Amino acid sequence: MADIRVDNLNLWYGDFQALIDVGAHFPEREITAMIGPSGCGKSTLLRVFNRMNDFVEGVRVSGQVIIDGQDIISDKPDLVKLRKNVGMVFQRPNPFPLSIYENIVFGQKVHTEGLSRSELDEIVEDSLSSVLLWDELKDKLRRSALSLSLEQKQRLCIARLIAVKPEILLMDEPCSTLDPQATGRIEELMRELKNNYTIIIVTHNMQQAARVSDNTGFMLLGELVEFGKTRDIFKGPKDKRTEDYITGRYG
Amino acid sequence: MSNTQRSQKIAFFFLFLATLLILVPVGLIVVVIVQKGLPAINWQFLSDIPRQGMRAGGIFPAIIGTFYLVFGAILFALPIGLLAAIYLSEYAGNNPLNRIIKLAIVNLAGVPSVVYGLFGLALFVVFLRFGASILSGSLTLGIMILPIIITTAREALESVPQSFREVSLSLGASKWQTIRHIVLPNAIPGILTGTILGLGRAAGETAPILFTVAAFYLPRLPKSIFDQVMALPYHLYVISTQVPNVEEKIRYGTALVLLSLVLFMNLVAIIIRYNFRKRKKW
Repeated sequence: MADIRVDNLNLWYGDFQALIDVGAHFPEREITAMIGPSGCGKSTLLRVFNRMNDFVEGVRVSGQVIIDGQDIISDKPDLVKLRKNVGMVFQRPNPFPLSIYENIVFGQKVHTEGLSRSELDEIVEDSLSSVLLWDELKDKLRRSALSLSLEQKQRLCIARLIAVKPEILLMDEPCSTLDPQATGRIEELMRELKNNYTIIIVTHNMQQAARVSDNTGFMLLGELVEFGKTRDIFKGPKDKRTEDYITGRYG
Repeated sequence: MSNTQRSQKIAFFFLFLATLLILVPVGLIVVVIVQKGLPAINWQFLSDIPRQGMRAGGIFPAIIGTFYLVFGAILFALPIGLLAAIYLSEYAGNNPLNRIIKLAIVNLAGVPSVVYGLFGLALFVVFLRFGASILSGSLTLGIMILPIIITTAREALESVPQSFREVSLSLGASKWQTIRHIVLPNAIPGILTGTILGLGRAAGETAPILFTVAAFYLPRLPKSIFDQVMALPYHLYVISTQVPNVEEKIRYGTALVLLSLVLFMNLVAIIIRYNFRKRKKW
């Protein structure tokens, strides 16, 4: 099951507690948006799910995060397997300084030795098609990925991720560098992708959360204040703090 | 003219003057060496052994000697230096001990070359019994250029954006795969810069080879790495100070050959670097 169950999750950077007793269930093949002011811990939470916080010095985690029946906090998961299964899209589109083709096959080449040319070609076509870039780019696969527009780059990064066949996509403010039209098209893509993937998106943009997500979590100062169906949260938040934030009264 | 514009002009003037002050002496040196040395350059000078007590004939053994020594030094220093740089930039944590190690390596680049010569004499020539030989000389030169190569390679590795590493790891690549496929290819131009600097230094230094390999006069080519060789910088020193009545054009001709050899080797590295830069940009 490609869902994520979080229980009693605490995380410290040195003495600073960035996540306080977080508990939530991120359902399979739905989009869950995490909202909240800067520094509330939503990106940190996202980075727990693929253990990217491991690279931060002095980080400590306690609690349970169950993915695929395995507790990824205490069970010492195989990080390569975990990260193949739980992929991440970053805030800034960050293709490698390689060709479009090489960008997409990078993950597969690293994971599987000796793939044939036609197998790789197929992966490239499938991945680019699923982010709706194939028709645009099929004749330019040898061009540098850095020559693409920002939106194309971000799509390419999603395609690069899909090429390693994950089940869960973590998106850390994937549209923050894009203009409104491009943002709209990426949101369109996310709705498309949720048929096959569990998506968790961190966003500053409340309209985006309201438009695109099935579930929403509101975080404040490391706590998960409220978590539920998006329409419930935006129509009638139970917590005063959530209401203040989504109505724009939060400082 | 407003005040800002005037100070801008003054700043430009001094910056330009400083650049000129560097360029003029270098240009003069090159012009003088070419002017005085070019008449000596002919096929015999490049391909013959020194004759008549080094007052005539050619400098072929010294050219070959220098080539062997530089090649040997790079062969030894580049792999070790690169591995050390990878360790320091990718694996060693940022703790006081590692910071001291990095600082020590930077400072080693400033140690006078004669000290390396003495060290090479003690370790390779005497203790390891390699004798005065190409092996001892190459290893000594290699140790001398190691700090340059480590420092520049480390800086090249560290200048590869952190986001590339993050993405690679987030796609499930291991740390080593990330280094091998993402970090190293993007650091190659910088690593080559360090190699170029090291190459030039190894070719030009006299002191490290003085005790470890260089022959005063050896008009034959080496048969193994345990033979002594002549080398251009030392040969230049010998014919300029130790042998009376050497024609000026032979001395400058030797300098010109040394200069050209270094330039040629640098040019090769620069072309390789250019090709890598053209391919990888971010």
